Amino acid sequence: MLDPQDKIRFEQLVLPHLNSAANLARWMLRNRADSDDVVQEATLRAYRFFVNFHGGDARAWLLQIVRNTCYTWLQKNHPSELMTEFDEEVHQKPSANPETLAAQTDERQRLTAALESLSPRYREVLVLRELEGCSYKEIGEITGIPIGTVMSTLSRARERMRQTLTGVAGAAAKGVS
Amino acid sequence: MNCELAETTIHGYFDGELDAVRSAEFERHLENCARCQAVLEGLESLRTQLQQSDLYERASTDLHEKIRKQIAQETTTAIVSPRLLWRRWFLLPAFGTLAGAALIAIMLFIIPSHRQSTLTAELIDAHVRSLQPGHLFDVQSTDQHTVKPWFDGKLDFIPPVSDFAAQGFPLVGGRLDVIDGHNVAALVYGRRKHFINVFMWPKRETESIADSSGSRQGYNWVSGHSGDMQIYLVSDAALSDLRELKNLIRP
Repeated sequence: MLDPQDKIRFEQLVLPHLNSAANLARWMLRNRADSDDVVQEATLRAYRFFVNFHGGDARAWLLQIVRNTCYTWLQKNHPSELMTEFDEEVHQKPSANPETLAAQTDERQRLTAALESLSPRYREVLVLRELEGCSYKEIGEITGIPIGTVMSTLSRARERMRQTLTGVAGAAAKGVS
Repeated sequence: MNCELAETTIHGYFDGELDAVRSAEFERHLENCARCQAVLEGLESLRTQLQQSDLYERASTDLHEKIRKQIAQETTTAIVSPRLLWRRWFLLPAFGTLAGAALIAIMLFIIPSHRQSTLTAELIDAHVRSLQPGHLFDVQSTDQHTVKPWFDGKLDFIPPVSDFAAQGFPLVGGRLDVIDGHNVAALVYGRRKHFINVFMWPKRETESIADSSGSRQGYNWVSGHSGDMQIYLVSDAALSDLRELKNLIRP
């Protein structure tokens, strides 16, 4: 049980990062309703294990718990999504349907669809770096990816994102001509 | 540096993660490399797109509210723990499989800190609960090949189940229990006239893997881990007995 002072510390240190938690979970699960449940569960776990937090980066600490809770949820509800990652390295399978993407005239929808078509491992590093502004060190802490591998994972994730988006552009151009 | 080498390094450069030496080295390459310059522009434009398209999803007021409420509740229930325990007890039948749960619960505590009293209280409560008539096991068998398959499909992990009758710890049975809101496996072993509850669940990222032990309200507990499993033994049997069984369980 946390004493009242710990509760105040938790509210001051951890709760300010709820937006980060919500954002990461929403992109990991691709669904707002599910991600709200997961954030709630993860925050409660963080609260219960707050005694194990010995200072440092509270955002990274919370996001690590959120991220792991997301994977547990995915494993339980969409195990196939985690399986596809083995393919990812080997095959250059088109991960998004170009026609669906091309139909998205709205930039936000287009980017959302592209981002959601990436595997969870790529999605998480992109979201953490580009939306959350995390350093490589923080990304390593949150995802458990060795710090030396964060850069190459990001490089592959960005390349995949680029391919997905330009694939769309190509398909769209073809559709017009 | 050539383009091939620069392919990954360019990301570190773009993210401001290179040290001064590597950064300067990359810049020398970049000066004369139209290809890398184009790649860099691409990275820049991808970032701009991602950051300026309103993709960031904040927590709703509703979610903020829910979490604050939940934490307030957690604090209250931790203080009036007997009530919490009863509430949980009443929840069990609702889960069907748990209808006859919890007889000889031996709850173990991993975390030695007094702040972990919520978990401690919960474990001891489960132990006491399990000693009530009819609550000790869902599957009563001294055969590990009966007990292990019984868990199949009831949990999202397979607990290691072995009979240690030869070493003085006969397997009595098993049941499902709920600890900290998660379904866990509880194996029941006998030790002379005592029962030992062995609780198992897959280690969670926030759990300390340090082994610990202690006594509380006349019950002894020992924690440890076996492979990816976190295990807790709780009993009124001697601590040395619990440690002996723990060492048998973990390979």
